[in-house]
Amino acid sequence: MQNDRSFLIRRVLKKHGLAVFSAAVFLVGMALPAPAAGPAQKNLILATTTSTQDSGLLDVLIPIFEKKAGYFVKTIAVGSGQAMAMGQKGEADVLLVHSPVAEEKFMAEKSGVNRLIVMHNDFVVVGPSADPAAIKGSKTSSEAFKEIAAAGALFLSRGDNSGTHAKENEIWKAAGISPEGQKWYQQTGLGMGQTLNVASEKRGYTLADRGTYLVLKKNLGLEIQMEGDPLLLNVYHVIQVNPAKWPKVNAGGAKAFSDFMVSAEAQGIIKTFGVAKYGSSLFFPDAGKKEGDLGK
Amino acid sequence: MDLIVEGIKKAFSLIFTLDAEVLGITLLSLTVSGLATLISMFLGISVGTAVALSRFPGRRIVVSLINTGMGLPPVVVGLFVTIFLWRSGPLGFLEILYTPTAIILAQTVIAAPIVTGITLAAIQHLPANLRLQILALGATRVQTVWLLAKEARLPLLAAVMAGFGGVISEVGASIMVGGNIKGYSRVLTTATVMETGRGNFDIAIALSVILMLLVFLVNAVLTQIQQRERPR
Repeated sequence: MQNDRSFLIRRVLKKHGLAVFSAAVFLVGMALPAPAAGPAQKNLILATTTSTQDSGLLDVLIPIFEKKAGYFVKTIAVGSGQAMAMGQKGEADVLLVHSPVAEEKFMAEKSGVNRLIVMHNDFVVVGPSADPAAIKGSKTSSEAFKEIAAAGALFLSRGDNSGTHAKENEIWKAAGISPEGQKWYQQTGLGMGQTLNVASEKRGYTLADRGTYLVLKKNLGLEIQMEGDPLLLNVYHVIQVNPAKWPKVNAGGAKAFSDFMVSAEAQGIIKTFGVAKYGSSLFFPDAGKKEGDLGK
Repeated sequence: MDLIVEGIKKAFSLIFTLDAEVLGITLLSLTVSGLATLISMFLGISVGTAVALSRFPGRRIVVSLINTGMGLPPVVVGLFVTIFLWRSGPLGFLEILYTPTAIILAQTVIAAPIVTGITLAAIQHLPANLRLQILALGATRVQTVWLLAKEARLPLLAAVMAGFGGVISEVGASIMVGGNIKGYSRVLTTATVMETGRGNFDIAIALSVILMLLVFLVNAVLTQIQQRERPR
């Protein structure tokens, strides 16, 4: 009798192993403590760039928002390109990104609604203190990039479709150079922090947002070699993913987050963030301003 | 060199001051990988034993597939689990992407073939006569499997250790399906990657030291069980 029964169990396991397994996983999932927020629609997926996380800004802002609005924010820090790709598929609810050209395309195809300016900082071209391509003193970023190309000095590119990578491509285009495939041009495919580390180790140049550079500066053998060009402006927008296109999107949460990011409270925090530790602001609040007026 | 010393100092100060965040991350790593290993153990030992003891057409292909599965790259698992768990994916209704549960699922996919493969080899390696002898003594099927598993206890526990070692140390799948969310789905490996990216090398080293201590402790316990004198 027992023999038959155990045989039966084995048969069932063999036949429906996957179902049994999924059920087991599901049960385990139920047993794990749910996030404090509770119901599913309380979960809000924020797809953002690595710079907002690596700089530590979101670690300050998100808990305040969560406490105030009662949402549980799942921050997925990827490049701006990937963040928008998630938005395009309705896999994120709200985006905090810095790749204006791609963002406009994103809005044009109705993937997002209500794009609001949040803050800016700027990009800097950093390189070894010896400055082998002698870019210090160049008037514009494209001029600096031309010098780097002419000298054949090592340049590290993010190469990950991030906002920084998009900006870098814009500058190469302005310089009239296509660097891909050149010996002195290497793509890391990594986030900003890691790319800066690679550039530092290999004594190369790279383009970085000022915030991440300032945070990491203490460990880097890199100096700012070119800054202040209007083309180097780095603007962050918050975009709600279009709920009309993807009904599963947490539209209420997305709106609440985007309202919060442009609120006086968040803007005040952005303004003072990092001043005590790094000696200057990492980001400058811009809510309500027009993009064209920045950096003037 | 200073950095490593600083990192190790930091590790111990984080452990002894019971830093709440690091403690949470460590416990989550242990829970997630522990559960994934546990599920893999049941799954792997039963499937591995079943395949080892049965003969059926296409068995070699199944065994090859299991052995291939032992080398499943975590990032590949991460990618596919992510796609399955997307809101638009076939398992999207579960709504478990970017949760610890999703990490358990992905890690189970990674660890189960490892446990299965080693179990398969271990059971098959037992002398064929042993099984006959057990059956001849009138054991039921369940009793037979139990006795065989007991006989193969050393390699079976090695299988569990290999599975646990594989998942506690993997980062690709955890970061993709878990999202490295602070205080929620951040485990030791993903936190180490993030802190390295932030340039906090001392904390990154501290987390690595904690990870290695954890792996050592778990394996020490498992080894204790493995090497225990057999009760007669």
